[in-house]
Order: sequence, then structure tokens, then C-alpha cells
Amino acid sequence: MARSKRGSATINSSSMADIAFLLLIFFLVTTTIANDKGLTLQLPPNPDDVEQTDVKIPERNIFKILLNSSDKLMVENEPMDDPRQIRELVKEFVLNNGVNKSLSDSPQKAIVSIKTNRGTSYEKFIEVYNEVQGAYYDMYAARAGVTNKKWREIASKTSDPDNKRIYDLARADFPMQISIAEPNKSN
Amino acid sequence: MGKFKKKQKADPEIPTSALPDIIFMLLFFFMVTTVLRETTINVQQRIPRATELRKLQRKSLVSYLYMGRPQNISMFGGEPKIQANDVFIEVKDVIMWVEKEKAKLDEVERDQITIAFKVDEDVKMGMISDVQMELRKANARKLMYSTPQRVDE
Repeated sequence: MARSKRGSATINSSSMADIAFLLLIFFLVTTTIANDKGLTLQLPPNPDDVEQTDVKIPERNIFKILLNSSDKLMVENEPMDDPRQIRELVKEFVLNNGVNKSLSDSPQKAIVSIKTNRGTSYEKFIEVYNEVQGAYYDMYAARAGVTNKKWREIASKTSDPDNKRIYDLARADFPMQISIAEPNKSN
Repeated sequence: MGKFKKKQKADPEIPTSALPDIIFMLLFFFMVTTVLRETTINVQQRIPRATELRKLQRKSLVSYLYMGRPQNISMFGGEPKIQANDVFIEVKDVIMWVEKEKAKLDEVERDQITIAFKVDEDVKMGMISDVQMELRKANARKLMYSTPQRVDE
């Protein structure tokens, strides 16, 4: 009698860990880690709202990238195999400041144009677009005196006043002008 | 000598009383960092990778559009389709979908809506540019090509 009365007064909690594990596994299965990263892009306004004006942009201020339906790449009228070469070419083009006669007058006037075909694959387009954006991020990062990765962190969090200051300083008079043209229907 | 004997009798078991607490902490960590899966994705999603990624500033302003071949080809055919929320939509329905998504947001934030594309690598640019044109008409001009990080050699 005395023995049974003296039995441990605590609740047996050894299965608590198992219950918690079950809950944990349930949440692991039903949730996804938020993947909210990607390549950003600002679309131009609705074509019906803008007045159609013919603006002549000098040939030298446009850096032309063409992608055809079989995913072949042409940069400044020359075929290219590896999209990774684009990055250095874009930097050279934008930072030319009028030195080379065939490249841009100034970073403000430089425009990078990417023109695809309706049959171009999304995969190839992303590869090319990634390089062009990367080139701009590299240049901004150099102006801000940080690494490319750090620059992208700053640009993604402009609500912080310190970041905002660095961001505005590096972006001043240095617009990112990437034009994504309407795709061709033919070839 | 007696002292030594006592020590050897010490409990050889590892105390496990803190284990539930540790697991609960893990659980809370996962509950906070993850979101519940809202939609079942009915299109193939082999998303091309990129390196120059940026994070979105406000998650609540994002609406997702999925594009790719339907997973159930016998039922929906093998041509790439657009999926919004739980249903397939046509290109012409995009404007209406954007309006619906905008209506979910606060009035002051409506023009800040961001559309995130989750597109299969096989989709052609013709479809993408059609959708982009509709987004321009719907005045939802913030766009993101949602991609995973590529790790370069």
C-alpha cells in the first residue's frame, strides 16, 4: 500500500518529444520556405496611354542583343555562343563616355536592348537578362564601393535610411535602361 | 573508498527532459520562417536559375503567375498554360485576374502590386510577352522573374 502511494507525482513526459517531432514533421511537409527572390523588371506603361513619338536614338547608344527562335544569340551584329561574355561587353559599352566612337556617349544615354523571337525559350532569355542586370549591378556596386551581392541587398531594402542614401547616390545620373522589345513573329 | 563507489553508481542515462523544449523551438522556427502552401501547382515547374537575384521588399504585395505545360497532359493537353491561384486562365483573362488581386490589397498599395512569374524553362517568349502586354494594360508594371539561385562553379 505504502509503496503505490509514494509513486512518482510527475507526469510522464517522455513522449512529449515524439509529439513535438510529429508536429514539426507535419509543418515541414505542409509548408514551403518562402522563395521570394528573382530578377526584377519594371514594365513600360500601357502603349495606349503613351503618345507615339518617333525618337531617333543614335546607333552608338544602343547595345543590341538579339535572340532568335533557335536560341541563337547575336550581340551588336555578331553571333555569340556564350551569354556570359555579354556582361563585360555591356560594362564597356555603358562606361565608354564617348571615348570609343561605336560605343555609348554616356551612361545616361546608354540603352541595352534585348529583342527576342516568339519562339525563344524562357531559359535562354533569363540567361541573357541575368547577365545584363548583373553588369548593371556590378557597375552600381563599384560606384557604391561594395560588392555586387551587398549592392543587391542594399537595393532590396531601401526602407533602411542608410541603404537608401547609398542607393540614391549610386543610382544618380546612372539609370538602368534595359529595353525588352516586342518579339518578332517570323524566323 | 566509499566515495568512489557512490560515484560509479551515478545514473548512466542522458537526461531527456529538455528534448521536448528543443523540438518545440525547432517547430516554432519553422512555423515562423515558412508559409503554408496555398495553391497546388498544376503546371510543370523547372525554373531556370539565375545569379543576380534580388529580394522582394514586401511579400504581401506579390501575386504569382505560374506558366508551363500542364502536369496532367491527358486532361489539359501538352501546350503551356497559365495558372493563377488554382485555375488555368487565358491570356485575355490576365487583366481581370490582376484587378482581383489588386482588390485584395489596401487602396493605397494597389499600384505597388508586384507580379511574380514562375515559368518553366520550356515556355516560349511569345507567351511571356503576351502576358506582359496584358500586365501593362492592367497597370501592374512591377514584375519579377522568380528564379532560384544558381551556384556557379
